[in-house]
This record gives sequence, structure tokens and C-alpha cells, in this order.
Amino acid sequence: MTEFDAAAAAVQAALDAGARYADARVMHRRYESMTARNGDVEELTQDESIGLGVRALVGASWGFHAVPDLSDAAARDAGRRATRTAMASARVPGPPVDLVPVQAVTASWASGCQIDPLGVPLSDKGDLLVDATRTMAEHGADLAEGLYQIWDTAKWFVSSEGHRIDQRIRECGGGISATSIGDGETQRRSWPSYRGQYGTTGWELVESLDLAAHAAQIAEESRALLTAPPCPAGETDLILGGEQLALQIHESVGHAIELDRILGWEAAFAGTSWLDLAQLGSLRYGSELMNITIDPTIPGALGSFGFDDEGSPAVKRDAVRDGRWVGVLAGRDSAAMANLDYGGSVRADGWARLPMVRMTNVGLEPGPHTLEEIIAATDDGVLMDLNRSWSIDDKRLNFQFGCEVGWEIKKGRRGRMLRNPTYTGIGPLFWRSMDMLSSETVSWGTPNCGKGQPGQVGHTGHPAAPARFRNVRVGVSA
Amino acid sequence: MSGQTELELAGQVVELVRRLGGPAAQAEAVVTRADLALTRFANSGIHQNVSESTVGVRLRVHVDGRTAAGGGSVVTADGLSALVERTLTAARLCPPDPGWPGLTPPMPMPDAPPVDEATAHAEPDQRADRVGAFVAAAGGLSTAGYCRTAHRSSAFANSAGHSAYGRSVEAAMDGIARRDGADGVARRSTDRLSDVDGAELGAQAAAKAQAAADPVELPPGHYEVVFEPAAVADLLQNLSFYGFNGKRYAERQSFAEPGAAQFDRAVTLVDDPLGGSGLPFDAEGTGRRALTLVEAGTTRAVAHDRRTAAEAGAESTGHAVAGGATWGPMPRNLRLTGAVAGPASAVGRSTTGAAAGAVVDADTAALVAGVRRGLLVTDLWYTRVLDPKSLVVTGLTRNGVWLIEDGTVVRAVRDLRFTESYPRALGPGAVLGLGARAVRQPERVDGAWWAAPSLRLASWHFTGGASG
Repeated sequence: MTEFDAAAAAVQAALDAGARYADARVMHRRYESMTARNGDVEELTQDESIGLGVRALVGASWGFHAVPDLSDAAARDAGRRATRTAMASARVPGPPVDLVPVQAVTASWASGCQIDPLGVPLSDKGDLLVDATRTMAEHGADLAEGLYQIWDTAKWFVSSEGHRIDQRIRECGGGISATSIGDGETQRRSWPSYRGQYGTTGWELVESLDLAAHAAQIAEESRALLTAPPCPAGETDLILGGEQLALQIHESVGHAIELDRILGWEAAFAGTSWLDLAQLGSLRYGSELMNITIDPTIPGALGSFGFDDEGSPAVKRDAVRDGRWVGVLAGRDSAAMANLDYGGSVRADGWARLPMVRMTNVGLEPGPHTLEEIIAATDDGVLMDLNRSWSIDDKRLNFQFGCEVGWEIKKGRRGRMLRNPTYTGIGPLFWRSMDMLSSETVSWGTPNCGKGQPGQVGHTGHPAAPARFRNVRVGVSA
Repeated sequence: MSGQTELELAGQVVELVRRLGGPAAQAEAVVTRADLALTRFANSGIHQNVSESTVGVRLRVHVDGRTAAGGGSVVTADGLSALVERTLTAARLCPPDPGWPGLTPPMPMPDAPPVDEATAHAEPDQRADRVGAFVAAAGGLSTAGYCRTAHRSSAFANSAGHSAYGRSVEAAMDGIARRDGADGVARRSTDRLSDVDGAELGAQAAAKAQAAADPVELPPGHYEVVFEPAAVADLLQNLSFYGFNGKRYAERQSFAEPGAAQFDRAVTLVDDPLGGSGLPFDAEGTGRRALTLVEAGTTRAVAHDRRTAAEAGAESTGHAVAGGATWGPMPRNLRLTGAVAGPASAVGRSTTGAAAGAVVDADTAALVAGVRRGLLVTDLWYTRVLDPKSLVVTGLTRNGVWLIEDGTVVRAVRDLRFTESYPRALGPGAVLGLGARAVRQPERVDGAWWAAPSLRLASWHFTGGASG
């Protein structure tokens, strides 16, 4: 029995039990991670998981069931249970459910990969982390940490509309962090970001990060931060590095444009959105430099795929164009409810989880400047980079971020390092204040986006480059 | 193979390691079957309704001085052999592990609370009916939330001859009612689905939503506060993960100093994993037991697994988790012991006018009655750590904030952002009152919970208002 056979059996059983639509995903995921600390390997884990999840629609009600067994009997039982659960949902019904049309296709897709990350010898991968963390410890870090993570996921999708799609997506990445511990506080510096940079790519991404070459510098900077002056409190011009801007996009744009949040489907947990569908196409989200795309087609970016987890093909769309809000992240049912004609942003975290609206690659198109030009054009401000803490309200408006490091900017020059830099603001006011944007774009990968109940961890990508924001409140402290 | 018990499967994995890795290979295996179900509602209708019947194997091996771990969902003979082979291969390719603490020796297991079979085998209709009761009790307000049930059956075996078996169940409900953008919340975690009263929770959430309407914006600053149990749960979670974590303690990233009077004398914190339905052993097979972390304000202990215990010259406290070498052992069933809150006030006497309904229990009413000017806070949201050692945290209020004046809740307030050191806020002299009754709050995954009464604190640093 093939994976397609198991998925098809589950779908057919769901239909036979009374569903008007059903789809099923078989997923086989291999995961490997290694962490190292102060020159020793700390933990090596290799997981392998195979199973099937089936979703059934009865009237206006959904049901979902998952099993780790691909036998015909188990698949059919899962389909029947999904339908029975959907019927239970109908005891507290919601509004009518429609699905925007998607062409049923038979297709295969695979992400690009030059060096199979699971094929690289463990000893080589271990040596990389051990050497980098040892170097950080030798250069003053009290706690020198490194890690890599690899996901190799094969999935087979079948729907009652005729989809038969298989995909293989390989993802990997890694990074290093140095922490210095002082009296009553800690300071951390990371490369290229805390817990690493990730993509839908092979081990060549980790090699390109050149962890060893940056180990000594970040260790020394973490030590120096302990005695650096604190970030002053007040309003100033803020320059964000690309890594921090990627998270700013993730939190204050990506989540805000999720259609399930806008429709209230996440109200009790992840929250809603300040955006109102009545303003789609007219609302000014940010300055005219702000062009945000939803693009799962970017080669190597972490949020890329060939088809989403309900069979919609990857398509690039605008979310914000010239500062105006024009698009959302949607699925087939949420789009129909909002009278939109596209889904394409639904994914499930493994076979045991329900597909739901998730970010793909949500990022800024490049601007006309460089970071050095932005610094040179700034008379008085602060440059911050690499995220250390993030918090935003349940409507995705009021945010506060902390960064690992800040630098004073005076008369167009980068000055002394500042410790505990933080900034806070309100999303649309902040984005409207962006007046300079660099062309030095990197597609940053975020492999830890939490959403949903039961919890799901999403992998998202965020093209971003350094940018300047005017009159931002910085230096918030306890 | 599917007919084998979890204990048989765990023993089989350990035997496979012995056969393929040689007599010196050390192994520990955990096999868990789980039936998890969650019925989710929004806009007063069920929109997501999921269940899963899964089995998982976790294996850790130590061979030739090297350690590796692995996991899988395939429990056929071939699947288990593949898991053992790849984990042994990985261990042999790893650098040496000088900190390997050895396996847990055979030891008696504590008695765990009995499992409620009705909860273990709950049907989707039963969850849906509780959702229906919540929705109906909200009196026409829009509602959202979930009702979930969880059942785990888990076995442990290792090559030192130790084995153990246990089961756990949980039922939880968490929901909001909404009125013009103002939300009220009610949530519970319990060992029996029959204890989940959707109507009671729905009515409570609706009353709070009604009381939260028409909020005003207050300037940021230091305010005296009364935290309800949902908000206190956030304090307990962050104290556990960052402070009472044996790995962070060993790394000097924790504020905890055993023997030091770091908290107000009103604070006693006990991790009580078998205070509710829970597995009687941890990921290393160590028996779980109650652990006093803070006693009358004095820090007494941090949580250990075998590795951090060996580093600290202590014994495991039964807090090992999968992935613990990276994340560290941490309490996940923390109880803030309540105290007599003073003369009990009738619910409703401490609120007036439009704010009636903000206070839903006598404990909170008694604490509110003592506040000259401060804030009643229901819930905290999106809390993140700015510095782990001082445990400075930023986050926001959610699901209802009210201004208290002269012992009375007078009006609703818009959400505020705070930046505060949690240990400092709970420090000596900072706790002005505790409710008597701890209410168990669910965590995002079953098996973890936080039990807390309402709590009155002298000062909380709000650093931003709703508009920035």
C-alpha cells in the first residue's frame, strides 16, 4: 500500500461516512538536531515520524483525525472518525462553509538541495559546533552555545476533488550564541541570529554562515556589553538591522494579515487583528517605501513550497503595495468566507495537525539605500540588531522588542555600543515612520512560529533589509 | 505488534539495544500511547475539531562514553530496529559525553492518582456539549475557546533493570466572551471532564466581558495590583522555566539562591506533579514527587534531572524531560499556596455600576477591598524575557483590567504594557495579600498546569498604554 493509497482510503472512508469534502495528508518527517556548549556536544537527537491526518467537512462543520498507521484499515478508520467528529461539531454550528476553487492536479515538487544535510557525517557537524563554541569560550563567553537543525519532510496529499500531490522539502540551518554573565544580568551576542538562520536548502546554507569565523568576535562583544552604557530612554531615530526587521515584519505584519485572525477564528488564543476587511485595498499601513509580498516561490527561503497543505499552488501576491494594505494570508474556507478568490497559505505542522493559515515568505521588497547610507544620513539615533525579546498585543498593534546590541549614531557615524536596547510602538504608526530602506535583502528564516490549539510550530521566511524609522520610543526598562 | 503493551514495547527496545549495541550499551526507552482531542470554537460556533491516536517511542543510548537520543512513531519490528540502529550509530559518531550521569537504578514508584476512565475515553459529542453550554451561558455575546481531553498511557524501561508504567488524563476548558472588543475569560484544568461546567465558565466569561466594556486609558507608571489566577499562572510559568530550572541554575543564568529569603514571606511554591493526574515517573524513570521550591519566602530548591543533579552534587528531583540536556529540567505543576485573605467579602460588594461582574470570587473581592488605588488584572499575554538572570519580563494585560479606588472596582481600563522583574515584584514586603483558594490553570499542553489564588502586589511597573 503506497502513501497515496493510504491517503485515498482515508478520504474515501470519510466520504462514505457522510462527508461532502475530505482531504488527507501522509507525512514522513525525519528530524535531526545537535547542540553544543562550551566545546562539548550537549545533545544529539534524531526523530522519524510517519502518519496520516484526514480532514472531513460535513455541512458547515469540520472534523479531523490523525493516526501513525498507514494500513488500509487504520486509514479508513481515521476517515470515518474525522467525519464523526465533524458531525459532533454540528452540535454548535458556525456559518456556512465554502471552499474557493482550486484546480485539482497531479503533481510533484521538491525544494532545492545541493548537499543533503542528513548525509553530512555527524562527526563533521559535531566538529563544526564544538570548534565554534570552544572558540567563543576561549574569547570570554561564560556560555558558548551552538546548534543546527535539519528537517527532511516527504508528504502526499489527496483530496476528494482529485488532488494527488507529493512534495519533498528539506530544511536546515544553524547558529551560535555567546553569553556573558555579570552581576545581576546577562548579555548575549549571536551569529547570524539567536538559534540560527534557516532555509529550504541543503547543508550549503550552514557552510555559508561560516560560524567559526564569527565566534571570537561575538564572544568579545558579549563580554564588552556587560560594561557598555545602557541604551538611553527617549524618542529618537531608530535604524534596525535586517534580522530584527525580519521579526518586526513577522509579528506586526505577517500575523496581522492572517485571514483566520481577521475573521476571529483565533480570538481566544493567538488573538485577532487590528485590520478590518472593509479597508482591504484602501488602508494606509505604512510609508510608500513599504512593499510587502507573500511569496512561497522564493528559492531557498524557509517559507517556500510547491503547494500548500490543501493543494493550492505557490503563488506570489502583494500584501502591502506602496504602503497600502492589499492582500492577506488565506486558506480556501477563510477566503470564501471573506469573499476573496485565493487561498494558498495553509499548512500543517506534521501529519497529526490540522492545516491552518500560516505565513509563507512574508517580506519587504528591497529599498533604494544601503545601511551605510542610512547611517550617514542620520544625525542622532540608535542602530539595533539581532532580536533578544519580542512581545506584541493580541491585535498585533502594541509591540516591544529587545535587541542583543545597539550602537549610538551621532552625526552620521556609528559610535559606542549600547546594552539592553529596546524599542516600542504601535504597528501602523511605526511603519508609516519608515523613511529609508536598504537594498541589502536577506531572506531570514524563522523556524519557531507558534500558533493553533493544539499547538503547531510553523516555518516562515522573511526577506528584510536594514531600515530607518523616525521618532521611535527606545530604552524601555523595568 | 500493535497489540503489545507499552511496557512490552519499551522492554523490547532496551533488549534490541543490548543485542545490537553489546552488553555495555546503556539504554532507556519511553513508549507513550496518547489519545488527545480538542474542540475549538470561535464566533460562537465550533470551527476546528481534532483528535489523534498516536504512539511514540523515545530512546536514549550511551555507548563507549558517547550519548545520543532518538524518537519515532513506527512501532513495528522493523521500525524499532531502525530506531535502535540509527541511535546507536549516532552515539558512536558523537564526541565523548563526560557528563553522562548514568541510568536510574530500580526504585519504587509513587502512587499516582487514579485515572478517570470517562475522561480518558471521552467522545467528541461530550466536548461539543460543553462548548454549547459555554456559548449559551454567554447570553448572546460572541464566544471563542476550546474544550480538550487528553489520555496518556506510558511505560519506561532501562538497561539497569528499572521499569515503570503509568497513565494520566486531563480535561480543560478555556474560553472568552466578547463585547465590543472587550473580552472576559474563564479557564480551568481538571482531572475529570465531568468537572468542566461549560455553563458556569461561559457565564463567568460573559460577566467579565460586560464589566470590561467602555474602558478608559490610564497613564503608565507603578500601580498596586490584584492579579487573578490566570495572571498569576504567568508568573509561575516564567519563574519555573527561567528560575527553578536546574540547568539555568548551573549556568548562573537563574536568580535562584537556595537558602536566601528572595520572596515575600507569604510566598510558598510547591511543584506537585501528582497533585493532579500525572505520570508517576519522569523521562529518566525517576519517581516524581512534590518539591518545595520556596518556603515562606526562602528559596529551598531548584528542579533537577540526573545530569544537572550530578553537576550540583544533588539528586534528581524527577524533572527530566525529553530534550532536557538543551532546555533543562523545570517544574510544570507549580502551586502557589494560598493564605487566609482576611475577612471574606461577598462577591459584588467590591464592584459598582458598569464594572459589576469584574470580580467573580470572594478571594479576589477580599483583596480588592484593601486597595486604595490600583488595578485588577485578569490575565497576562505574550510575556517575554528581557534578561533571564534578573527575570525582567515584558508583556501586556489581556481579558480585562479595571481601576480600583478605595476598595471598589470603579471602571474598566484599556490594556497596558508592563516591564517588570518577577522576583523583585514578589520580593520581601511586596506581597500584600493572597487568596485562600488556588485555581488550576491549564498550560498549552496537557500534563502541565499552574495552580494559584488571586494575589495582591504592592507595585507593578506598567511601561506603556494602549496607544503606545
